[in-house]
Amino acid sequence: MDISLANRFSQDNVLVGKLDQLINWARSGSPWFFQFGLACCAIEMIAAAQPRYDLERFGIMPRATPRQADVMIVSGTVTLKMATRIKRLYEQMPNPKYVVSMGSCANSGGPYWQYGYHVVKGVDLVIPVDVYVPGCPPRPEALQEGLLHLRKKIREETPLRKIG
Amino acid sequence: MEFSEVIRHVGSTFPEAVVSQDEGTHYLQIVPEQWRDVALHLRDDSKLRFDALMCLTGFDKGPGQSLGVIYSLHSMEHDHKLEVRIEVARDGGAVPSAAHVWRTADWHEREAYDMFGITFTDHPDHRRMLLPDDWIGHPLRKDYETPDDYRGIPVPKDKRGWE
Repeated sequence: MDISLANRFSQDNVLVGKLDQLINWARSGSPWFFQFGLACCAIEMIAAAQPRYDLERFGIMPRATPRQADVMIVSGTVTLKMATRIKRLYEQMPNPKYVVSMGSCANSGGPYWQYGYHVVKGVDLVIPVDVYVPGCPPRPEALQEGLLHLRKKIREETPLRKIG
Repeated sequence: MEFSEVIRHVGSTFPEAVVSQDEGTHYLQIVPEQWRDVALHLRDDSKLRFDALMCLTGFDKGPGQSLGVIYSLHSMEHDHKLEVRIEVARDGGAVPSAAHVWRTADWHEREAYDMFGITFTDHPDHRRMLLPDDWIGHPLRKDYETPDDYRGIPVPKDKRGWE
């Protein structure tokens, strides 16, 4: 930001910046995630939301409906049966929406990466993924780091210049 | 009651039902046609009283061979156990449902149908248990081949370059 411009306009209650920055600041300050768990990773996701790890200090909190959620944390093994439902839930989320793939199963199929008729070999075959969190399951700190990376990604966006 | 006595008891009541038996693993193989009567007898006879169906297992002996079900029974009253095996033909064979005798069998038989494609006649709710309704095939059969995709979601099997 141009400092002199900021100085010229800054009075008691005036901030000068780009609208992109303002929107990104608002979006990255409250990425509410969609509360649902698929497997053992969900236990770590629950732990991350509890007071010891306290995701709410980043403004991240669970919402029980896709219509109020910004982030989908795919926490666990995605079976083919569940994949159709995940896709539907993803489509029900309003834009802008982000996906965090949590754990080996959602990243690549995990222990089911080669054999098994029932597991999707990575949730990115079904919906677009923004951040991959490795681990089996990842510790709450790892999920937190993933969400902080997502926050960084949101802050680098240019929502007003987005094409299409 | 010892296993040999159970065998004798069932054998004397249903002389044509028993196909084979084994003392070591406590199993008793019976013909599917008589299963409904044998099941009621096993549950209601005062000396047998198999009142709990502990487990139900489906099995596949391989391509071209028979499918089967194992009912693992236990009597709370007498504390004795029995495994009942029933084998049916791979194509067109059917096992009479025991869901009316032991309620536990309801979901377990649905799962055996889901995974092995074993038909249970007179089952109260003969649908798939775990897999989606539009799934093709029964995945725990030994000749099952994983399809390439399900509703457009690919199931990649070629992992060259990963290994």
